[in-house]
Amino acid sequence: MTIQRRAFLAATGLLATPRLARAQQAGRLVILGGGFGGASAARFARDHHPRLDVTLVERGARFTTCPYGNLVLAGRRDVESITFGYEGLAARGVRVVRQSVAAVDAGRKRLRLADGAELPYDRLIMSPGIDLRWGAVEGYDEAAAARMPHGWIPALQQVTVLRRQMEAMPEGGVFVMTIPDNPFRCPPGPYERICMVAEYLKRAKPRAKLIALDAKNGFSKQPLFQDAWRELYPGIVEWRGASEDGRVVRVRPAAMEVETEFGDKVKGDVVNVIPPQMAARVARDAGLADESGWCPVKPETMESARAPDIHVIGDACIAAPMPKSGFAASSHAKHAVACAAASLAGREPPAATYFNTCYSHVGPDYGISIVGVYRGTPQRMEEVPGSGGISPRTAALGERAAEHRRLEALYADGWYESITREMFGIA
Amino acid sequence: MGRAAILALAMLAAPAAAQEHGALLAGACQGCHGAAGGGSQGIPAIAGTRRRAEFAAILRDFRENKREATVMGRIARGFSEKDIAALAAHYAARD
Repeated sequence: MTIQRRAFLAATGLLATPRLARAQQAGRLVILGGGFGGASAARFARDHHPRLDVTLVERGARFTTCPYGNLVLAGRRDVESITFGYEGLAARGVRVVRQSVAAVDAGRKRLRLADGAELPYDRLIMSPGIDLRWGAVEGYDEAAAARMPHGWIPALQQVTVLRRQMEAMPEGGVFVMTIPDNPFRCPPGPYERICMVAEYLKRAKPRAKLIALDAKNGFSKQPLFQDAWRELYPGIVEWRGASEDGRVVRVRPAAMEVETEFGDKVKGDVVNVIPPQMAARVARDAGLADESGWCPVKPETMESARAPDIHVIGDACIAAPMPKSGFAASSHAKHAVACAAASLAGREPPAATYFNTCYSHVGPDYGISIVGVYRGTPQRMEEVPGSGGISPRTAALGERAAEHRRLEALYADGWYESITREMFGIA
Repeated sequence: MGRAAILALAMLAAPAAAQEHGALLAGACQGCHGAAGGGSQGIPAIAGTRRRAEFAAILRDFRENKREATVMGRIARGFSEKDIAALAAHYAARD
């Protein structure tokens, strides 16, 4: 619906007449999970499909975003500034149910909630997020995470736990970070985190070091990150990929030590373990995941490949080559809502175009980005040839480099403000 | 029920595919330019700021690398002519 049309409908009173809307209900859309995917779906459904009855099921009262968590680590932001409630969505007519989901009954098209209540749906959009694979790195369980924080799922452990350990780190200390193989939530996230930790160390503990041990040899925006480490944090950041024995297979929390594939032992004063991940349990229990632990979907509609009338979006689904990012989840969400509405109205689904724009902060007034435009076909998710890619390298930008980096840092903040205001119904 | 409301119901009953295409593509713009296309933190406003032809020409210039950009060139190179027309119809000021 265009803005003009929405304004017109508002003026005629149609959007503000719940009784009339209910009488003409086009179906019950239930959304599971209130993160970037789920909250964006709820907002888009209210704005564009006013006849849908929209329910958002989310166990938390407030949601701390993963994006911008690294800025909390750097001390640039406080956690309150990246935490949001659902009042804005509720005010826009989303029924917000604060409950855990015990089970998805795909056969009877119902959710069973933790309090025993059942919630029927005509279409279900699941955006459940991820779980950590406890034990995939030997010795890394929930108890170990207290000493060696992940800070990767705010609802499990806020990044402030890691921040406090970093502040307590001795002068000349060592910050160790372990990074998993693909796929995982936020492919550039660990490398932005390296930058934000290094920014803090350079300022507060200039003799300290950061050692990143990576289970793979290549990563998102790699040349840009590595340029930035050389330019901004020389002598602070050391990154080791898999071919340099960077894959960590074991941790010993009592000794604050990690061990690599070929037996190298690395000790840290702070150890940040970003473990391997999988789709959240509610999706796996519903049989929506395959043997990889992630949920296969039809790229043209984001419908589950395993169960009817269910869309799986965001980090939990398999949408490669799209990354597991907040922006991608929000893009999945809007398309899934349109497909759900089309299906309920007996129409063909719209053509599938998806987008991703991910900014990373690497230093003060220094931002970089990766962009992707994708089409979902019945066979696959494919990137539009010639589109997308990463920011130019500093050498290629020449004298425009500083301004380009400054603008991308500024736009990163603009993106964060825009997408959170939209998805939580603030503006 | 007034004539305006009847017209609105008719519009609800028959959402044009092109309009939906524009709204879905605009969903991506909103990620940075805001839910109402008003911009934020240096990201320019895009809603109601240009006439349709001018809006489309700007997107084509981004696509063809004729306009200085940070991310917009990389994004616009993913747009077809149909996409550009749908976005211009969605965001442009009335001609």
